[in-house]
Amino acid sequence: MGTMVTSTEKIAQTKIGLGEGKRPAGPNGGGNGHGKHGDESSSRFTPLKYKIGMWVALAAVTMTFTALTSAYIVRANSSNDWRPIEMPRILWLSTALIVASSITFEIARYALKRGKSSLYNRWLMLTVMLGLAFLASQLMAWRQLVAQGIYVASNPHSSFFYVLTGAHGLHLLGGVLGLDYLLLRSWRKGYEEHAEERRQARVNSVALYWHFMDGLWIYLFLLLFLWR
Amino acid sequence: MSDANVAHEAHEVVHRHEPPKSFIRKYIFSLDHKVIGVQYLMLALAAVLVGMTLSILMRFSLTWPDMNWPIIGMIKPDQYLALLTIHGTIMVFFVLTTAPQGGFGNYFLPIQIGAEDMAFPTLNMLSFWVTLVGFIVLLMSFFVTEGAPIGGWTAYPPLSAIASAGPGQGTGMNLWIISIAIFCVGSLLGALNFITTLLNMRAKGMSLMRMPLTCWAWFTTAVLALLAFPVLLAGGVLLFLDRNLGTSFFVPAGLYIKDVIQPHAGGSPILWQHLFWFFGHPEVYIAILPGMGLTSHVLSTFARKPVFGYRAMVFAIFAIGLLGFFVWGHHMFISGMSPYSAMAFSILTLSIGVPSAVKTFNWIGTLWGGKIRFKVPMLFALGFVSLFVAGGITGLVLGQTSLDLPMHDTYFVLGHFHLVMGVAAIFGMFTGVYFWFPKIFGRFMSERLGRIHFWITFVGVYCIFIPMHIMGIVGMPRRYSRFAENGQQIYYFLESLHPLVIFVTFAAIITFLAQFIFFFNLFWSMFKGKKCTENNPWEATTLEWDTTSPPPHDNFAGVHPVVYRGAYEYSVPGAPNDFVMQTDPDEFGEHEGSGDGHNGHKH
Repeated sequence: MGTMVTSTEKIAQTKIGLGEGKRPAGPNGGGNGHGKHGDESSSRFTPLKYKIGMWVALAAVTMTFTALTSAYIVRANSSNDWRPIEMPRILWLSTALIVASSITFEIARYALKRGKSSLYNRWLMLTVMLGLAFLASQLMAWRQLVAQGIYVASNPHSSFFYVLTGAHGLHLLGGVLGLDYLLLRSWRKGYEEHAEERRQARVNSVALYWHFMDGLWIYLFLLLFLWR
Repeated sequence: MSDANVAHEAHEVVHRHEPPKSFIRKYIFSLDHKVIGVQYLMLALAAVLVGMTLSILMRFSLTWPDMNWPIIGMIKPDQYLALLTIHGTIMVFFVLTTAPQGGFGNYFLPIQIGAEDMAFPTLNMLSFWVTLVGFIVLLMSFFVTEGAPIGGWTAYPPLSAIASAGPGQGTGMNLWIISIAIFCVGSLLGALNFITTLLNMRAKGMSLMRMPLTCWAWFTTAVLALLAFPVLLAGGVLLFLDRNLGTSFFVPAGLYIKDVIQPHAGGSPILWQHLFWFFGHPEVYIAILPGMGLTSHVLSTFARKPVFGYRAMVFAIFAIGLLGFFVWGHHMFISGMSPYSAMAFSILTLSIGVPSAVKTFNWIGTLWGGKIRFKVPMLFALGFVSLFVAGGITGLVLGQTSLDLPMHDTYFVLGHFHLVMGVAAIFGMFTGVYFWFPKIFGRFMSERLGRIHFWITFVGVYCIFIPMHIMGIVGMPRRYSRFAENGQQIYYFLESLHPLVIFVTFAAIITFLAQFIFFFNLFWSMFKGKKCTENNPWEATTLEWDTTSPPPHDNFAGVHPVVYRGAYEYSVPGAPNDFVMQTDPDEFGEHEGSGDGHNGHKH
């Protein structure tokens, strides 16, 4: 670094110079987009925020289930007490329900895109119903296993069955709450800037989560009953 | 939560520039990232006070094992183990993870990238309160029947999975797991917020390669936290089920505890070690990376020179973060793993030395030929470099399987990780406090007290931890509460170490006491310190120095800053000052004293 200018007096002078620009009250040294302020604040909202946030959250969910999967595989091979349980038939129903719920959600989203708000609400309601039905069906599966005397500690495979379905169920319950939130928002519409854009962004990120949970269930289903 | 969210979003536009009126919304349940950052710092401060006190009690117990202390009485061996468990847990989770990331990151990441707040302020608030609950639950374990858990902060099964394995392994251990699970959730919320904010909220002109290195460090740390904490959470859930519902994920067959055969069968304790260390090693970098970023930042500011090799520094941060996910096995060399995987883990571990060395040499390169201003933050940043080198060098020793086998679980390991991840990261925090204090509180801390604090602490920590390496080489095992019985040494080869043990204890006491200088300086300066009226007392370049001290509620008083240049333009030839702010649009040499060029003066 060749020539260096380091006297403090000079700095003080320049600082005053900067501060005494066109905006004496502004705390910014300089170079902010002052003139465009109005435009900028209104274009400040980006739906991208919700999208990135949701993908990041899903990365964390993926890591949780990756950890459980690796534990599952290690535990299956670490000892000779691995006795896979008989699959409760009702899980086929669960799978059908959750796949159907993804489809109804997509129909709702399509309706929203075309501006058909009441249609959107109805399909969203149906999605919530299907989600709750899925959870009920999972609980039925647990009850069937309990009736057969298969508990969480009965053998390692049943332990993993309860852990994985339980963890997935909890996450799906979060998704149901997300759907409820969407319904709540579309019932009491408040004044806000970019209301429509925001609504789209919210719906899109909940949809992302919901489809992810759908895919996750199919993955868990295959893991638990094909890979054993 | 959704209600708060609704309220916030509806008001985001209308009340953008007004701080909340009521005391509770402003200081307690605040959505302002700055308040939340200070809350995190206060939490870490409380936690470090507890953790430090526990470590002093441990030194007392080691040095005078049969002494009857006032109030606490004699420290029994199992109480010693409880002390070390909670010391480790508090320090790793509630100090080293919360302060550098949750505290400073929360406060300064949005300001440094020119944002008004975090991407999701409600989640941000939630992440703090969740973390606080985790801390309270952890402390509660001291006050339940049989007291705190004794399994160490790593909680290795099978002993951590069986309630009858020892005092504190019952309710205390359950509380420990719950606390850590809550902490994981809090950290995940924080990490999600950091990543989204950095990717989406940057000011105009703030390209990724113009960001301060602190932002890069916080970003990488957030990514590590996002990918590592879920694994600990999953492991914790499985351990909890093993303890309370009788499953056998981690407990092997035929385990006798206190002459009772345990009903579990077929589990693998090694599985827990894999899950734990897959989280545990990135956790080391979660603790140290923010300190590294801040050190680069402060060295450049006080050496009045650009960071040497900015691009290399960014890639080094990323390389360290990435490699950190593939080296967890080096904590488990003695677990009976195959020599081939041990070899792979060893090579990967040693290769972390490369980006670490890149960072170290770039720090030296930054200092080289600079007009160094030895302010207190600079002293602590230099201390960070020193401690990082001193602690990191022994990492190369422990990373080799053949050397790790005899060293494992000795004081050598203790000295190594305390220097490199403990004290170095703490020095990073001290750097942050002294450096940013004028910005946060609008007052200066006392330089004189800061210097005294620095020198005692700097010499003190070396006096504590360097002798531990020697103890480890002699073969002193860690986590033993006493080495003698009825005044009779059990381990004759350790007899010669006794003077060293006493020396370390006295060094620890002096260093402990010196921290109260810091606490005094901190709280005294908050109210009585010299006022800082200027925006930029250190003559630095980044955006936080562009706004008032302390910054207004929305950071830039309604102005959206525009960035024209990189973060470290010090001593630019032809510039009127030896620093050029990031928001300065001027080309070199044509500075006109007015900073209002928003029409395409791109640098």
